[in-house]
Amino acid sequence: MLFNSAATFGKYCLFIVQVFHSPDKWKEFFKKLVFEISKLGVDSIPLVLIISLFIGAVITIQMVLNTTSPLIPAYSTGLATREILLLEFSSTMMCLILAGKVGSNIASEIGTMRVTEQIDALDIMGINSANFIVLPKIVGFVFFVPVLCVFSMFVGLIGGWIIAEFTAMISVENYVFGIQSFFTEWYVWYGIIKTVIFAFIIASVSAYYGYFVKGGSREVGRASTKAVVSSSILILFFDVILTKLLLQ
Amino acid sequence: MIEAKNISKWFDGQRILYDISATFDTGKTNLIIGQSGSGKTVFMKCLIGLLTPEEGSIYYDGRRFRSMNDQEKRKLRMEIGVLFQGSALFDNETVLGNVMFPLKMFSPLSHEEQLERAHFCIQRVGLTNADNKYPSEISGGMQKRVAIARAIALNPKYLFCDEPNSGLDPRTSILIDELLSDITHEYGITTIINTHDMNSVLGIGEKIVFINKGHCDWIGNDKNIFRSTSQSLNDFVFASQLFHEVKNFLEREYQAEEKE
Repeated sequence: MLFNSAATFGKYCLFIVQVFHSPDKWKEFFKKLVFEISKLGVDSIPLVLIISLFIGAVITIQMVLNTTSPLIPAYSTGLATREILLLEFSSTMMCLILAGKVGSNIASEIGTMRVTEQIDALDIMGINSANFIVLPKIVGFVFFVPVLCVFSMFVGLIGGWIIAEFTAMISVENYVFGIQSFFTEWYVWYGIIKTVIFAFIIASVSAYYGYFVKGGSREVGRASTKAVVSSSILILFFDVILTKLLLQ
Repeated sequence: MIEAKNISKWFDGQRILYDISATFDTGKTNLIIGQSGSGKTVFMKCLIGLLTPEEGSIYYDGRRFRSMNDQEKRKLRMEIGVLFQGSALFDNETVLGNVMFPLKMFSPLSHEEQLERAHFCIQRVGLTNADNKYPSEISGGMQKRVAIARAIALNPKYLFCDEPNSGLDPRTSILIDELLSDITHEYGITTIINTHDMNSVLGIGEKIVFINKGHCDWIGNDKNIFRSTSQSLNDFVFASQLFHEVKNFLEREYQAEEKE
């Protein structure tokens, strides 16, 4: 198993080297880049907004229900909601969700191109197929994911505000005071840095599994599942490392 | 001319090709025939460079493929057109986009000239009013035509076709065969067609290489295939009753000719 993991990692590294070459035609690259930003990034906005809004609301409700002690100030609900969103939810949890959506999309699309010989057709034409297909996806997703992260943070806080505004659980003043208290700007950058690295993991690992599919539609489905599972595990693993590195 | 010398290929310790040597002539439709699983697709992939044979060499007009550097290989690939079994059209491109693709990537022509060339190729393969359709919106026969148009867009010197008739009805198959033959003669291309369709063999087989269980068992043409003494070839060719009758008919014709 150790040997297989090492072999897979080596193959992945060679694949990444193949991907990160100068594109054959910059014009085509930028066209594909815009397309991928739209498909992988912009199309993910509704999902990110909906999930962030509801999770922000739920975090606020949970905080109110679980911090009933008179010793804990009322504004702590807003403060805790903000810290959870900035530190973990809008980066790690959001990327885990995006690993499912974007990762499976990338793996199945590239896998289908492999089994229908479209990648062979590119190779035969003398085009670096890995570079041509994968680079715009990685660059596009890495480029756009900080936007999704910031949207998620913002909309999550709005979710909490909706609870404050439309229920009697917490006053709007306390909530707004809470989300403004003890603000550390670095936490926003910390979240963005994490999402950029996670986006690279999602796009590159999923592309790797799709690119090396052998067989037919069954294998494409299997590659898609492997891509999501591997990306998710790597995201959690790197979350620990990055938290240790960036917050200590 | 493409020359294969002593090509051998293994997969996971299992030998697939055994010292295959053959030449494929310029301006002719060269056919590689054999049963499913005989190794003809592997052989063709070795010829194209998609697979690397463990032994043997391939020469493109005297240029040894294995000795080429990356730059030379890239240049050679621009001289090669390939028609894949499943057409391998790009799903997210229209018919025009597919044919334009190699031109956009490699041609020094202006956009207008590229468009003109793409339209010429599309018309050459007999497609009309399909420019803006996506591969999923056209029939299998039309997809083959688009793939041929894309393959000839850069005026290739070598054209490889992997089972161009698979999944097509007999009438469309004949049309595709005729189109490939016409293009080969018109532009003086070295065309290599991988097939097990006997209609193609008799229709356009100017040179035929028969592969059986990874061995090259016979080389000839459509004229002498019925007179072969190779048992494996006869088993392949006369697998159907129809071709038995064709053989008997031709034998009677030959005997009558000899008497005259």
